[in-house]
Amino acid sequence: MWKYANPANFLRLANALIPWLAALTALLVAIGLYGAFFAAPADYQQGQTVRIMYIHVPAAWLAMFCYATMALSALGTLVWHHPLADAAQKAAAPIGAVFTFICLVTGSLWGKPMWGTWWVWDARLTSVLVLFLIYLGLIALWRTIEEPAKAAKAAAILTLVGAVNLPIIKFSVDWWNTLHQPASVVRMGGPAIHPSMLWPLLVMALAFTLLFITLHLMATRNEILRRRLRRLTILAAHEQGSRVALTPAAGGA
Amino acid sequence: MDRHTPFILASYALTFLVLAGLIGAIIYDHLRLKKSLTRFPAREDGDREA
Repeated sequence: MWKYANPANFLRLANALIPWLAALTALLVAIGLYGAFFAAPADYQQGQTVRIMYIHVPAAWLAMFCYATMALSALGTLVWHHPLADAAQKAAAPIGAVFTFICLVTGSLWGKPMWGTWWVWDARLTSVLVLFLIYLGLIALWRTIEEPAKAAKAAAILTLVGAVNLPIIKFSVDWWNTLHQPASVVRMGGPAIHPSMLWPLLVMALAFTLLFITLHLMATRNEILRRRLRRLTILAAHEQGSRVALTPAAGGA
Repeated sequence: MDRHTPFILASYALTFLVLAGLIGAIIYDHLRLKKSLTRFPAREDGDREA
């Protein structure tokens, strides 16, 4: 891992991986969509509306997976002082916010025909909304503090504090009496879904995961370039300032 | 056409649009950064690799 702490090494690896990951993601999305719309049957209770689950559930998983990645990066920043950890953390926040937004909106679009309401303040929905707000808070924090090292430290602390929300989201359906249904895939005793519905869901989940990895690599690469641009701009400004100070008209020696 | 079809289509359309927007924003950001970096001379450690 430390080999890729060097930004130039990371950029080389990212540039080599991104096209392959993008192609694999596109292939898996195509297979997943085929499975979701043509291979999987309608649900005996939900009817055709079950097809929303093939994007809602992977988006929910990725919303949490992305935050877990950020929490690991936060540890990398605070404990191991890994040079790329804060760049990876900053790059992940907008992607996680987007997946959480998709999860909330598709859940709402499923809830209206199934529950008869767009929204209820139940523990699962509310904890996911809190996750979305934490993402927005982290993005705002990064934008507010100009000095990257200070912003990284503050964001890392907030990320680790916010990580307490992850088990709350996961176990909210067990700890409280919620309208949201309990876990049906990742649970003790195996998945409660018929294989004909399970495989498209897992393919879509894999596609979303690969999409996240691809976008995260791209965004981290952007972050490295942004820092390089900042450093070069400051250096150029210093050099220009020195030249101005050296000319007699500017009062230099 | 199922009576819930608009909800299904809205879900997929919104997901597609939001993800396309995110991908577009990341690619645009990359191109903008690369263009800004061309103002500075290339160095040995891979400034121009990305």
